[in-house]
Amino acid sequence: MCGIAGFLNFDGRPADPSLLERMIRTLNYRGPDGTGMYISGCVGLAHNRLSIIDIAGGKQPMSARQESLWITFNGEIFNFLELREELIKKGHEFSTRSDTEVILHLYREYGSDCVQHMNGQWAFAIWDARNRKLFLSRDRVGVRPLFYTTAGHSFIFGSELKAVLAHTAVDRKLNMQAIGQVFTYWFAPAPGTPFQGIHELPPGHCMMVEEGQVNVHRYWQLDFSPSEMARIDSPGEQEKYESEFCDLLLDATRIRLRADVPVGAYLSGGLDSSVTTALAQRFVGSKLCTFSVAFEDPTLDESSYQQEVVRSLDTEHQTIRCSADDIGEVFPAVIWHSERPILRTAPAPLFLLSRLVRESGFKVVLTGEGADEFLGGYDIYKEAKIRAFWAAQADSVRRPLLLKRLYPYLNGLQKQSPAYLQAFFHATPNDVKNPFFSHVPRWELTARSAVFFTASIRQELQQRALYADIEQLLPDGFAKWGTFSRAQYLESAFLLPAYLLSSQGDRVAMAHSVEGRYPFLDYRIVQFAASLPPQLKMKVLNEKYLLKKVFGDLVPPSVRNRPKQPYRAPDAISFFDPTTGKARHPYVDDLLSSDCLRTHGMFDPNPVQKLVAKAKAGRASSFLDNAALVGILSTQLLAHQFITHFEEKIQHAPDRAGSTAVCN
Amino acid sequence: MHQIEQEVRQFVIENFVFESDNRGFSNDDSFFDTGLLDSMGVLTLVEFVKEKYGISIEDDELLPENWDSVNRIAAFVQARRTQAMADQGSLAEIAQNLS
Repeated sequence: MCGIAGFLNFDGRPADPSLLERMIRTLNYRGPDGTGMYISGCVGLAHNRLSIIDIAGGKQPMSARQESLWITFNGEIFNFLELREELIKKGHEFSTRSDTEVILHLYREYGSDCVQHMNGQWAFAIWDARNRKLFLSRDRVGVRPLFYTTAGHSFIFGSELKAVLAHTAVDRKLNMQAIGQVFTYWFAPAPGTPFQGIHELPPGHCMMVEEGQVNVHRYWQLDFSPSEMARIDSPGEQEKYESEFCDLLLDATRIRLRADVPVGAYLSGGLDSSVTTALAQRFVGSKLCTFSVAFEDPTLDESSYQQEVVRSLDTEHQTIRCSADDIGEVFPAVIWHSERPILRTAPAPLFLLSRLVRESGFKVVLTGEGADEFLGGYDIYKEAKIRAFWAAQADSVRRPLLLKRLYPYLNGLQKQSPAYLQAFFHATPNDVKNPFFSHVPRWELTARSAVFFTASIRQELQQRALYADIEQLLPDGFAKWGTFSRAQYLESAFLLPAYLLSSQGDRVAMAHSVEGRYPFLDYRIVQFAASLPPQLKMKVLNEKYLLKKVFGDLVPPSVRNRPKQPYRAPDAISFFDPTTGKARHPYVDDLLSSDCLRTHGMFDPNPVQKLVAKAKAGRASSFLDNAALVGILSTQLLAHQFITHFEEKIQHAPDRAGSTAVCN
Repeated sequence: MHQIEQEVRQFVIENFVFESDNRGFSNDDSFFDTGLLDSMGVLTLVEFVKEKYGISIEDDELLPENWDSVNRIAAFVQARRTQAMADQGSLAEIAQNLS
């Protein structure tokens, strides 16, 4: 796993090596094992390497075909061995054992269609010197990041926004539209980013830059139409699904263990990571090293389940125990890495976890991410199902009981009277027709945080039609899909890449040079899941039915049968200690002071001070209080670190151990 | 009644209304329709009323009819107080008859 950056000057100016070095230096933590730069005329490609496959031969930027193709690549192509074999049969000659070289030869063979053959997680740029064009691509589901812009007659790209922002032609201005989206949807969808004029290449897209033109095209679309048509008419059909799923997950895990360094695994204490760990353990043949987050707060802590899995699978286990204070302490660093506002502190413990992984000598971990999205694990799917049932059967007496089953871990709901549960989850047949039916309650609630923006920003944000920004990104036929598929699409196509795989995935892992690998995000599994009958994902209200059916026996029964608990971390309490009534860290008071709020001009000091007082008194208990507080603080940190103190931040980027090699 | 209304309003404004200008918030505004309270908010409000007015609240009284606006809460508290006074009054009466 690595960091990439580069640019192409449209006006023919020679690429400036010091500018390229300034950009790639901001990403040192993504690749501490060495830096390489390729400069030729008006193009510059740079690479920070975290060496995992072909340690000796995999240096980048790498070339092929008498140096007419150059690549800078972040990621892994898990089926590279099979592709290499095929390409050799077609007459290609390889000089390394790396997956990087396979991409170059695939590009030679298939041009921009090369990505259709790849199974992996990637972001790369290939300079095709003979044809004077730059080809860039990002993996199907958005595991690896890629940002770009055009400024000062240059096309500029990088693995992270900071590399792009470090280019001296780029203006650093916050994009309030994208920030406003986070305060409604919990994400800002690609291609938007929190910075004006800088774009994110969406998952499943490629781009070609030639003759001063930038053309973006989609090469893969997540499509739940097959799921809508699928039926199970006989027991034999279900068995076919079970056996196909079994083969797929085994293979997806097997190829994700390909590395020339040891691979570890994250264990959350839930079903998904327990299954991937159990499968990996079988392939590895020796004791697998596993890593977990534990919390001081018993309502969030899952360590007893983690320990059960460790005992049952007999892994070599380490845990990082997080306090509210720890989370507050690392939060500014988490925002430096996530580069966007977040409404939850959940990425912070994973930032601490990747540090532990790295200190233990590991560069690669398997995780269970993706099963909830594609195999039907999320509460929001269940909630939508119950609300839809409600709308259809207005007089059912079962409703309050169903609702209590929905969030067994939320005290606030367990204590509600039936009448209040009805009031909260009420839905009409007309509501069900709304394309965003599943997500409207979440979005409406979160959007109430707009009250904290200044009046002028609020007005600016209100100019967009409700949910129109998401509507325009939906695939054809979306409105005809059932509630379940629509909910799955919204979680998988947006929240997954724009929050879970980035702020809570790539960014906090790469902050400590750790690469995450996700068996459930193998595109074959994703496509398989999108073709499954919904009842194999959630049978009545039994989530991830197929996963439990096929692989449930691998994990202890207590873990298999436990009620699903989403991963959560302490929010407001990480910043304010209610026992002292004070902020835990000076930066919190500084950034939330009325002066600082006015300086950045995004939030209205009066309501924010009211919220701060509430948090100090330990009364910030609702979802909205917590989300708004974390959101405001992270946005202020974003402005502080990326707008007013950016130079200072990038000047202090730690040096890597490896040497810089320049190819001309 | 007016005092209860004032106190409940004050609590709601302190805890749930973040707008600088509270004048837009009416004592008849539905907490649901305005989206002011989520499930935790309802529980916070119930706890406040229980503690402040020393009344116990049964599950079947946790109805939006009783809790969905400042005025509804004030009316509910007032009714409970009147009831309590009536109960006490009857007790006193019984005690008197017995003596």
